[in-house]
Amino acid sequence: MTLTQAEKAAVVTIWAKMATQADAIGAESLERLFSSYPQTKTYFPHFDLSQGSGQLRGHGSKVMNAIGEAVKHIDDIRGALAKLSELHAYILRVDPVNFKLLSHCILCSVAARYPSDFTPEVHAAWDKFLSSVSSVLTEKYR
Amino acid sequence: DEEAMAVAFGSINVFVSACVPPSLTRLLIVYPWTQRFFDNFGNLSSPTAIIGNPKVRAHGKKVLTSFGEAVKNLENLKATYSKLSELHCEKLHVDPENFRLLGDILIIVLAAHFTKDFTPTCQATWQKLVGVVAHALAHKYH
Repeated sequence: MTLTQAEKAAVVTIWAKMATQADAIGAESLERLFSSYPQTKTYFPHFDLSQGSGQLRGHGSKVMNAIGEAVKHIDDIRGALAKLSELHAYILRVDPVNFKLLSHCILCSVAARYPSDFTPEVHAAWDKFLSSVSSVLTEKYR
Repeated sequence: DEEAMAVAFGSINVFVSACVPPSLTRLLIVYPWTQRFFDNFGNLSSPTAIIGNPKVRAHGKKVLTSFGEAVKNLENLKATYSKLSELHCEKLHVDPENFRLLGDILIIVLAAHFTKDFTPTCQATWQKLVGVVAHALAHKYH
């Protein structure tokens, strides 16, 4: 799945708006993930996952920073996230099914914050983009 | 849980009728392979065509009515959806994965509609609802 020029443009445009609230969006997305899919909490036994927790916010930032890197290097997501891909494959080993769940929650957070911008075309572009990011992060699993 | 769902749905019934039909449209745009079930719907060649397509709109209304029935019959959903499930399996040949896709799209449309009111907790309730609806629709598959 490669992104068209129009799709890349849609991703970059929305990211520009998101960037200023990236930390909050990251934390909110994780909150959504843990509420809707409690099984995902099994990857964070060492975390305080209560609303507003510093660890939650910190981790949300990490996730959004990585997405920002992918946006910045949207023509070479694989290169931009190479180290992160290895981290997920050899250390974290998060089951691939969970990337879809987090992507869905990120889309919910974005839709809730930018409803008029989140047209069907923009939605499709972001879904595809997050799907690409997820693919890169799981491609070294085996 | 069922009560909470019925309350959640009932109290925003008016708005949900605004969200279900657009969700079908969005499904066909974001996941174009879902168009495979609608070969006789005419022009689905672009987002604009899909949004303007009267058959898509009519079908969206059908799905909404059915969804409304589901929420009114949550304790008895498998029975309520028994014939519909058989229809989707034996006549329509729809992979149940598509019910999950439509459910997730509905959630995103709701997020855009209710913005900050669509909290993680609210989303979690809705995820459960679309989950049981999808499960009931798939229940009679063989």
